[in-house]
Amino acid sequence: MTKKKFGSLLLIASLVTTLLFSACTTGGGTGSSGGSKGPIKVGVVNNPPSESGYREANVKDMEAVFSAANGYELKTAYSLKNDEQLQAAQGFITEGVDYLLISAAETTGWDEVLKKAKEAGIKVFLFDRMIDVDESLYEAAVVSDMSKEGDTAVEWLLSQNLDEYNVIHIQGAMGSDAQIGRTGALDAQFASGKMNKVVQQTATWDEAEAKKIVESVINSGDDFNVIYAENDGMAKGAVAALDEAGISHGINGKVVVMGFDCNKWALRELKAGNWNYDGQCSPFQAQIISDIIQGKKTVTTKKIINEEKGFDAKTLTDDDINTYGLGE
Amino acid sequence: MKDKFQKIFKGGLGQLTIPIVAILFLVGFNLIRDPSFFSIETTLNNNGNMVLAGNLISIINGASELAVLAMGMTLVTAACGGQDISVGAAAAIAGSAFVKILKSSPNITGFTVVAAFLFACVVAMLFGAFNGTLVSVFKIQPMIATLILYTCGRSIAYWINGGATPTVSSPIINAIGSFIPGVPIPTPVLIVAAVAIIFVLVFHFTSLGLFTQSVGINGSAARLNGINSTFIKLLSFIILGLCVAVAGTIGVSRLGLINHETLLLDIEMDAILAVAIGGNSLGGGKFKISGSIIGAYVIQMLTITLYAMKVPSTDVKAYKAIVIILLVVIGSPVIKSKFQKYIAKIKSNRQRVSMKGAE
Repeated sequence: MTKKKFGSLLLIASLVTTLLFSACTTGGGTGSSGGSKGPIKVGVVNNPPSESGYREANVKDMEAVFSAANGYELKTAYSLKNDEQLQAAQGFITEGVDYLLISAAETTGWDEVLKKAKEAGIKVFLFDRMIDVDESLYEAAVVSDMSKEGDTAVEWLLSQNLDEYNVIHIQGAMGSDAQIGRTGALDAQFASGKMNKVVQQTATWDEAEAKKIVESVINSGDDFNVIYAENDGMAKGAVAALDEAGISHGINGKVVVMGFDCNKWALRELKAGNWNYDGQCSPFQAQIISDIIQGKKTVTTKKIINEEKGFDAKTLTDDDINTYGLGE
Repeated sequence: MKDKFQKIFKGGLGQLTIPIVAILFLVGFNLIRDPSFFSIETTLNNNGNMVLAGNLISIINGASELAVLAMGMTLVTAACGGQDISVGAAAAIAGSAFVKILKSSPNITGFTVVAAFLFACVVAMLFGAFNGTLVSVFKIQPMIATLILYTCGRSIAYWINGGATPTVSSPIINAIGSFIPGVPIPTPVLIVAAVAIIFVLVFHFTSLGLFTQSVGINGSAARLNGINSTFIKLLSFIILGLCVAVAGTIGVSRLGLINHETLLLDIEMDAILAVAIGGNSLGGGKFKISGSIIGAYVIQMLTITLYAMKVPSTDVKAYKAIVIILLVVIGSPVIKSKFQKYIAKIKSNRQRVSMKGAE
């Protein structure tokens, strides 16, 4: 009885595996042939657009570049959870896409899926976020260099040649990539003594908290002339505190205001002269990946740093706002 | 009046002892640390208004949303013997609804602001009613019932406006969140005062306070006495919904921006704390809204004190926790009864001594 059962189980198992294997190979087959004939099938595994203004722009950019008009067939899956993302990637592999683009929720757990993709002949690109896997498992990773964003911003600040730098530094959520990168460059200046740290506090990306931090500095009577906020929202919170205390800011103001992310509304603040600087964190990786796919760009290093700008209120143009601004 | 003073002198401040002692302690601590901590100055702000400024103003102003939420939370706590942990997420929804209406009109007038606020109130009351129905009709533990909205609330807030951090700018919004031209007191403070007055009037002219208390102490006994306890519980959640709408509107107006992920983040925990520091039983029953309001200011004063001491804000929460543990333990029934026994012992000792003296 038990032997019989075991035998039939074995039979079923072998049937299932052969079926699976045949499915896999046919999937791979259509994948490789799809490039020359119909549209190029691209599967994107991303975080949901609701995550942030950055992600929203990122998702829109992907949809615009990998459009039917450009000869692509785009499939998307959005989740903040790594396991759901893994499942989605698995699904895309079974469906037989030509390219798999991933912005992972977590850096771990991707080995198996990427190996399967490789076996099926699917080329993998990482964008925005790196994954802890062997480099051979993906074609290229197009990412931002957060510490370069910090460097660019601090370089700009130094080029302003202020008599002294008394900086209020409002940090993002501690430990996040953006916070670590954008803090590093400024910390180096504090350490060298070129700039004075009036206060360095995290507002965990919270606008209202940023306002409270600046308010407490104003109340304490400490002198400051630079606000370095690690995103636009916190810069806005800081400026609200300045406005209530009657302290001038922006171009020709007493306090230099710096933000990051280049939201459209923030760039408009720059244009109006209320802020001085906004550093870009570019969500536009799709074009680079598309160029590689179509052979217009060759991959020299696996890690491709997405060029990012810093905008000075004095030289910002309306075109910049439309091209680089996020959101509405 | 004299009677009242005597009563306070004899019986202490009762429920309000802990919050008042806490606030006096913080005031004393700050005065020793920095005598000018509470100095208030007038400055000319960038809109050309003379306004009050200083740490005291920052504290009272910054605690506004918390104070409003704490008032509503007290009512829910008293009636249901549990807390609503979705107020932060619900405030993000209310704030988003407020912004939605503002953005749909070409130019923002006083009328659109009023319409937007009323819409936010309706939305928040509906979500309050949803929570309230789960608690009162389906008898689900309040924390579990409100966990639903706590989890999904900020996603709902995102759906309302789509994009992250939509901004609205208008002098009227600025007046709500900051200062009304010609008035030196921050508007959120005035709003808190208005809400508090409304609560006082409601309790004075209706039996809501008594009904809430009796439902909280013993729901079935209250029902036998003809009080519709289901309705009272539901009502408490709807009133909290109104408070949520007010808090959300203040939060959005402060900066003219809504970030559905960070607006009033973690405020539910502070609101529950304010209720606890206010000496209210988290198990329901007797309550004092004034205690919760003082509790809200205690929490804010603690935060501002730590900021003024330049404690790294990563550590602020840990320091806050230490002070709060102390407050809650001191206010716990065990310590209270020990303390009362101790006092009684001293008194009896004294009596004995005086009796001996008489002999």
